Amino acid sequence: MSQLIQIGNPTRPALAVGGAPALSRPEKGAAALTALGALLFLASFVVPKGTLAGWLPLVGSTVLFAGGASAFFWFAYRDTTPGIKNHGLWTNGATARGVVGWILGVALTGFYCLLYWYSGPLEGGIRLLDPLALALSGKPADQWFLYGYLYTVAVLVMGVRMFWRYRHNRYQLIRTASVMFFQLGFGFLIPNVLKAMNQPEFYFTYFWPLKPEYLLPFSQGWTINGGSLGFAMIVWGAAMTFLATPVLTYFFGKRWYCSWVCGCGGLAETLGDPFRHLSDNSERAWKIERWMIHSVLLLIIGVTAVGWIHEWMGRPWWGDGGQALYYKTYGFVIGAMFSGVIGVGFYPLMGSRVWCRFGCPMAATLGIIQRFFSRFRITTNGGQCISCGNCSTYCEMGIDVRAYAQKGENIVRASCVGCGVCAAVCPRGVLKLENGPVGDRFPGADKPVSAALEALGLKERQ
Amino acid sequence: MHVVIIGNGITGVTVARELRKRSSDTRITLVSGESLQHWSRPALMYIYMGHMRPEDTVPYPEHFWAKNRIERVQGWVEGIDTAAHQARLAGGQTLAYDQLVLATGSQPNKFGWPGQDLDRVTGMYSLQDLERIDRASAGLRQAVIVGGGLIGVELAEMLHSRGVHVVFLVREASYWSNALPTEESALVTELVRAEGIELRLQTELKEILGDAQGAARAVVTSDGDEVPCQLVGLTAGVRPNLSALQDSGIETGRGVLVDDTLATSAPDVWAAGDCAEIRRPEGQRNLLQQVWYTGRLQGERVARNILGDVAPYDPGIWFNSAKFFDLEWHTYGTVLPNPPADEQHLVWQDRPARKLLRLVFGPDGALRGMNALGIRYRHRVFERWIAEKRDADYVLGHLREANFDPELYRRPEPRIVAALRSQL
Repeated sequence: MSQLIQIGNPTRPALAVGGAPALSRPEKGAAALTALGALLFLASFVVPKGTLAGWLPLVGSTVLFAGGASAFFWFAYRDTTPGIKNHGLWTNGATARGVVGWILGVALTGFYCLLYWYSGPLEGGIRLLDPLALALSGKPADQWFLYGYLYTVAVLVMGVRMFWRYRHNRYQLIRTASVMFFQLGFGFLIPNVLKAMNQPEFYFTYFWPLKPEYLLPFSQGWTINGGSLGFAMIVWGAAMTFLATPVLTYFFGKRWYCSWVCGCGGLAETLGDPFRHLSDNSERAWKIERWMIHSVLLLIIGVTAVGWIHEWMGRPWWGDGGQALYYKTYGFVIGAMFSGVIGVGFYPLMGSRVWCRFGCPMAATLGIIQRFFSRFRITTNGGQCISCGNCSTYCEMGIDVRAYAQKGENIVRASCVGCGVCAAVCPRGVLKLENGPVGDRFPGADKPVSAALEALGLKERQ
Repeated sequence: MHVVIIGNGITGVTVARELRKRSSDTRITLVSGESLQHWSRPALMYIYMGHMRPEDTVPYPEHFWAKNRIERVQGWVEGIDTAAHQARLAGGQTLAYDQLVLATGSQPNKFGWPGQDLDRVTGMYSLQDLERIDRASAGLRQAVIVGGGLIGVELAEMLHSRGVHVVFLVREASYWSNALPTEESALVTELVRAEGIELRLQTELKEILGDAQGAARAVVTSDGDEVPCQLVGLTAGVRPNLSALQDSGIETGRGVLVDDTLATSAPDVWAAGDCAEIRRPEGQRNLLQQVWYTGRLQGERVARNILGDVAPYDPGIWFNSAKFFDLEWHTYGTVLPNPPADEQHLVWQDRPARKLLRLVFGPDGALRGMNALGIRYRHRVFERWIAEKRDADYVLGHLREANFDPELYRRPEPRIVAALRSQL
């Protein structure tokens, strides 16, 4: 009897014989340029100090790598008709947790470990970036400049890939342009230029609770060091947290941030796109997700409260405002371990949104607002769902979209980042991201406080 | 009461779910020879193309079945004893039932072509077919597909995605012209060719030639051409699968004959979905509906009828959808391929962008149906307009509200409405 009929059996059928057609000649050429750029960059880590100095090696490696990769993606997609091309994602080892996928995962994880804890070996690459760092911030590069540079290049190059890949889909094009813009401008250029102006390295697109330090007492220091601009940063941060976040989320859902502005989201939507289908969409994963993400949120609220009490009581517990301890604990566990090493390092193993799903406190607050107090939902088009599973498979947040769509229900989930890919991959055009009256979204949505209490189990379900 | 359902496709599973929703004490058994798991048949192509794993096409988690107390049996039903109320499985096991539902689906048509049973000749319907196609894909350079319907174009896309050259034999003068009106058919024909498929129109299969090992090596077409190939896909439609009914005495025609409540000629035996042929009064063609949605609708009706809430099956306002490579197609209401003289058809198309909208109005001016290619429209809105017999002026005036394209897409309605108003 057939092997295949044991669907869901761990001993999976060998459905991987064909795979994608071989690379064309232009694709090979572009891949060679990309590799050359990467090699030139990697060479900086091993050649003697000072060999690759000045602008030429930096510009050369960047242009070769970014240009080669952009050309490669164009050659790969230009002969296909515009549309969804997920061919072979589950049969190619690099994107299906095969050997290459594991190597990628280990390499990314290893890079983060070096970055956070043993940056010594990165010295060569850091020095390669000195001309750019000096031009932007007036200071030599450090490992965080290297990180910001690589991060931005990744978002831009893989953003170009998204442009070719989704050239039929205006929502994806504009959204991708948005994350590229915010990463380049607000995630890389502006913070470095602020440094040149002797201002705090401030990210206008990160707020409390994702950046708890922006609302912790030690941010008051900015008003001293940064003068009026420092004061403006504090006001900006508070306004974004308490005003813009609820208002924008009410109108558009959490996507205004998570898949349009946020840097973590930007990387997930570009570099992480080839791995989005690896997110676990089981109910068990959903349960773990809810516990973890809300625990992190509670932790941040606790840390912030303790920080202010400490300040008001005249700093009785730690000598300083608690910065050192804060960065050692929160910075290590959440900032480094979770958002970096696991969040990005595990892209090829657990999908592109591990941090956003399981760890991000900003996603938690946005999610609560989206679930109960927002106009956003994904609607289903009548009775047309064929239960194929593309939506659930390609949901990077691991939402079982099909479970709702096949019943003709709206999808109103706290975790949905509104990337729009479910609606794009649906072969029957069943799904649409929409904003509309809050009460229309699910039975009981017109009484959001009741619905929230019911969801918490604090109130009997109607 | 023990209800046995033969077939765990969308129809059989809908019967089971609906029964459980409405009755907590009915014992429900789902029987399937193909797979213990219910899975989404339209997703077959995505497994082959590497978009999904087989388990991703399974709509309900494993615990769903235990939680809803739906028993599952894997086995092929070989006969039904209607007097003893028993179904006989291959291997000799029997299943006693109080009520039996036949939801056995359909099987690919074979029209007695010489060589149709050779190795590397296959339909594209079941998991077993998919496995056959996958096995034949190693070293596959050229494939021939016979029959230009929805499954044919799916198979073409599948093979094309793995770099196989596809020769697509279509009997008609234009792709699927027995279902699509001229403009739609022309647009899809153009698209299939643009994708790189070698579409041979007005060409039929005459014979499949085998090699020494008994596997297909070439086909001979109706114009005498010999086309070498390593795989032949037979996609010339499907017919009801009646293999479980041998010697049961249950009346069959093309499918299992049922009355308008979906009851067969045998007591306590029902049929629904692809396999059911609904009798119509004298002078009308019997109704055979073989799409996903009608399987679900008929399944819901059967479950309610079994529980005593008996009513005739109401097919409602027809709808269907499909995807030809990257081109989405939706149809709501009635759109005939050859418009009768008394209908008014308003057709807008943007040929380079591959977008088309057809609105069909009856002699009374009321909306009868629509076809859309490359634009998404709201199903419920069109259904309502058809039921409310809206006229062209109303439909064009409100068309924008029915658009279901993703946000930020350029809305084609201003262009459509301007063009169609001039056709009025």
